Amino acid sequence: MSVAGPTGWVGRSIRRLEDPALIAGRGRFTADLPAAHRVRFVRSQHAAGRIANIATPPGVLVITAADLKDVKPIRPMLHKFDYVPIGQPVLATDRVRFVGEAIAAVVAADEAAAEDAADAVEVEIAPADAVIDAQAALADGAPRVHDEVAGNVIVKGLIETPEFAAARAGADRLVRVALRSGRQNATPLETRGGHAAYDPTSGRVTLTCATQTPHLTRTAIADLLGLPEAQLRVIAPDVGGGFGQKMSLPPEYVLLVWLARKLQSSVAWSEDRRENLIAAFHSRDQHITLEGGFDRDGKLVSLSADVTANIGAYSCFPTTCAVEPLMAMAELPGPYDVRGYRCSARGVLTHTCPMAPYRGVSRPVITCAIERLMDRAAASFGMEPSELRRRNLIDRFPYVSATGLTFDEASYIETMELAVKHIDLAQFRARQKQARNEVRYLGIGFCTFSERTGYGTPAFAARGMEITPGWETVEIVIDPSGFVEARIGSSPHGQGLRTTLAQIIADEIGVEPRLIRVVHGDTDRTPYGFGTFASRSLVIAGGASLLAARKVRVKLAKIAGHLLEASADDIVLEAGVAKVAGTDRALPIESLARAAYHQLHRFRDEIEPGIAESATYDPPGTFANACHVAIVEVDPETGRVTLEKFLAAEDAGRIINPMIVDGQIHGGIAQGIANALLEEIVYDATGNVLTTTLADFLPPTAREIPPIELHHLETMSEATITRAKGVGEGGAIGAPAAVLNAVNDAIAPFGAEINEMPATPRRIRAALRAAEKRP
Amino acid sequence: MLGEYAAEDGRILAGGQSLVPTMAFRLAKPAHLIDINGIAALEKLNVENGSLSIGACVRHAAFHRPALAGPLGALLTTVVHHIAHYPIRLRGTFCGSLAHADPASEWCLVAATVGADITAISTRGTRTIAAADFFAGIMTTALAEDELLARVNLPVLSRDTRFGFCEFSRRAGDYAIAMTLATLRLEGGAIVDPRVGVGGAEAFPRRIPEAEAALAGRAPNEAVLRAAADAAAHAIDPLEDIQADAAYRRDLVRAMTRRALARACA
Amino acid sequence: MSGKHDLVLSVNGRDYAVQVEPRRTLVDAIREDCGLTGTHIGCEHGVCGACTVLVDGAPVRSCLMFAVQAAGKAIRTVEGLATGDELSVLQRAFMEHHGLQCGFCTPGFLMLVTGVLEREPDIGDEELIDVLASNLCRCTGYQNIIKAVRAAAQELRTK
Repeated sequence: MSVAGPTGWVGRSIRRLEDPALIAGRGRFTADLPAAHRVRFVRSQHAAGRIANIATPPGVLVITAADLKDVKPIRPMLHKFDYVPIGQPVLATDRVRFVGEAIAAVVAADEAAAEDAADAVEVEIAPADAVIDAQAALADGAPRVHDEVAGNVIVKGLIETPEFAAARAGADRLVRVALRSGRQNATPLETRGGHAAYDPTSGRVTLTCATQTPHLTRTAIADLLGLPEAQLRVIAPDVGGGFGQKMSLPPEYVLLVWLARKLQSSVAWSEDRRENLIAAFHSRDQHITLEGGFDRDGKLVSLSADVTANIGAYSCFPTTCAVEPLMAMAELPGPYDVRGYRCSARGVLTHTCPMAPYRGVSRPVITCAIERLMDRAAASFGMEPSELRRRNLIDRFPYVSATGLTFDEASYIETMELAVKHIDLAQFRARQKQARNEVRYLGIGFCTFSERTGYGTPAFAARGMEITPGWETVEIVIDPSGFVEARIGSSPHGQGLRTTLAQIIADEIGVEPRLIRVVHGDTDRTPYGFGTFASRSLVIAGGASLLAARKVRVKLAKIAGHLLEASADDIVLEAGVAKVAGTDRALPIESLARAAYHQLHRFRDEIEPGIAESATYDPPGTFANACHVAIVEVDPETGRVTLEKFLAAEDAGRIINPMIVDGQIHGGIAQGIANALLEEIVYDATGNVLTTTLADFLPPTAREIPPIELHHLETMSEATITRAKGVGEGGAIGAPAAVLNAVNDAIAPFGAEINEMPATPRRIRAALRAAEKRP
Repeated sequence: MLGEYAAEDGRILAGGQSLVPTMAFRLAKPAHLIDINGIAALEKLNVENGSLSIGACVRHAAFHRPALAGPLGALLTTVVHHIAHYPIRLRGTFCGSLAHADPASEWCLVAATVGADITAISTRGTRTIAAADFFAGIMTTALAEDELLARVNLPVLSRDTRFGFCEFSRRAGDYAIAMTLATLRLEGGAIVDPRVGVGGAEAFPRRIPEAEAALAGRAPNEAVLRAAADAAAHAIDPLEDIQADAAYRRDLVRAMTRRALARACA
Repeated sequence: MSGKHDLVLSVNGRDYAVQVEPRRTLVDAIREDCGLTGTHIGCEHGVCGACTVLVDGAPVRSCLMFAVQAAGKAIRTVEGLATGDELSVLQRAFMEHHGLQCGFCTPGFLMLVTGVLEREPDIGDEELIDVLASNLCRCTGYQNIIKAVRAAAQELRTK
């Protein structure tokens, strides 16, 4: 891809190709499909216990584990870090391990009847002691969540660089922080759901479901049911947000396919919001203790960390539950140069809803931990937080980190300087001082961070993952009518990939994006691929699109060369036409396509028939980066935090569509703000979820999100062929730390500090009460 | 009709903005729902005999603009903007809120503070219940199963009545975790006839006599308002839930009361 | 409550004769009995607003209303916003300002704002944000929804 591109679609904020259907109510979501049968799950009301009896009402089809003897449990695998494989039965067999675990499935003609019937199923459970908190699960004599996992530690890693001990010993001062992140739910506005339909002619089942990973879903379900994959088609139609929650395999989907085969009919399940909040995957819930050793100039020389991740009752497929602690261990130093590093990380089983990746995965927490450390260190040195960061951010590239990660070219310092300039730090400090005189408490918080994106195969292999989802394939087909279709294994669900990939392809083959259809989310129509998660699709599927489009371009030029009696090198593709450069000889792409399929004789055996090119891309991975700044006001009497402004200066390399990039960052920041201030899944001591509605678990409204100001740099990294880096998670990664640092800056005059997310008004008041210092 | 169905778990449906979600959660499974929407007599909103009469089907949104001139109209318009969200306010009803008796209901606080008269009708007859006798606990009222809350009468406040309202909730439109409504008059530089109602903090909203006593006859200065706020914070028997423990609820009641009083005295 | 009621729902100017249980919510009737799936279900307890439709011009949560209560009233859903192929001003503004990502909350926001701007065309910017706080969006951080709605309100006022 040249900088301007032949027609220059890349870099433009063109309107999204996804929108016309969605805006008119013509989107097609899973729950929109009619089904012969509706399924309702009967779920455990106990966090731990043995199922003594299941009494089913007469005349109702109720499926229990006893019916599923041929169905294997979900058993994701990891080959390193002392991982203990555990199985999750599709329906609980003899034991239940969290409130909300599916025990039985009730089948009825409609939703209301299924709910009535499910209410009539009586499950008798002999309750057992439950452990809810990770620290409690680690205690001697704690109940085991799985018999085979002693001490409830399912995975543990330890890293210590040779430089660590001496660096720590030689540090001028040690600064510590202990941070806790509460438990969240990704809360896509569309809950999960599936629709499985049996085709009596072929014996195949089509599972339409709210997933980010249709191909992996097919692989997993076929494995669990013992089917050839060809017997199953998985469709991800329009999907109403995922944020990670829809990348892990729900046991419910397995059951739907099993039921469709058993009934030889269609069955559907729509998760209700309460089910989603208690039993769809949760995330975060980590404790991190951190100690940084600094030299007398404020340079970080040693960093040691202990990470405890509550992973819930089971391990999620495909990543396994190890993704949180292991990513924390590998990436905790973030964008700071430190050679002396030690980290121990554990994943701990508890009787709670299983944890799975959610936008940011671990990094919102580790970033918050190290950013709090940086602010505490800055305070200790009496330095502006930005100045301390300036002394520690990496600025030589490629940079190989203490944990062996290669950081490609980025702009850590530059984005911070940009943020400091636009937020006008000096002016803010003056305003803050003035406000304190008026008994108002303003605070500013910075967060500089890296966002590792486009993880390729080696990155996953390094973690010992059985499944290493590092590559994507794109097939571009031009049919005889000249219509361009790009079939991708990625599975976007709001990211606008149909538009951005079309922009990349358009620049190569000289066809307008609106005339390029990007096909995704159907295992029958797309090449195998891993889906959309981990800020990977634009980087990886975008790279594969570019490579495939280049091949198409070469072929079109060759065809045009033959037909126009010119050298292929002289063919220019633009505006849907192949031209001989410097002449008026031209043919529309339709004519090239028609000839490629129907008039092969015109090419003297020099081209293969048709136009269909495929390419795969597996990048080494790349680091996007940003500096986030939050300005808050804390009401010390109520603990309320009001966000006045949020600013992000970010660098995701080449921007394909600025409008879409901004949208991704806005959304991520909103979720990060929610992480920092609002959202928390709360369990009681016995393992009941207390936050079962959106009036208790609190996603922000338009009132809670302040105006967000964005600035961009574009470092053209050599690490990806499009020069683009991923941008899907950065907002969510950086915002919590910026907000928490701002809150702490605001309450500093009280001598109070809060290192817990969400920093709810209650917690802030408690911190202020405990501080008991009048400013 | 309610008389006939009350014994068989019949419920009145007005706006449905509280009852329907309860049914969706299968926490309420009424056998009969009696829809009172469309009964013209229940939509009446007018001033009669010195009080504002609010019929059972009057929606929250009826108070988006002052329903009457003077402080009561202004008070209701101030308060209504804190009730849930716009679409909810177009459906939900004033009287339904009282019958539902959520501890965090703004209208229940208004009724308790200004001293509403609540009219209940049944086949057995009509009776009027004073707000102070109406609320009995969390979502529990003095209404009998077969009684319909037909209307609520709020005394029209004298022109020199001042009011202040302050509410704390986590997000815009959320239930109040604590709120205070204060009304008072100033005569010769002293507070007269103070009423301090606190809602969202206890099982049901009520006036706090200790706070009122701290105000009556005193000058509306910072120290007096703080003393009244402290009195309210101490006097309550706080609800405890995931949003607020007892200590935090007292903090909030203190802050809301002081601010509501400051607004009233401003 | 049992038994089914025959009733006619008027949606986007077209009558649908449906048979529903009294407990059937309006959103279920619109989606399943009228087959109009543009209206979405996000929470079924009145918080998220994804199911917002207009009933006699008023934006309401259709999960908090029973179908039988909507008989004889004029219901409007997202499918009725465009005139033929011509999108409404608000729909166009959402596209131009990238006011949607996954699109799941979009019909609810469109109906909420359409109803409010019809009822209160001169609504101020701040009040508009209060109105937008009625519904939840998980993708956009609201920035571009606010932009789109302000632009549409402006365009409608000058029309």
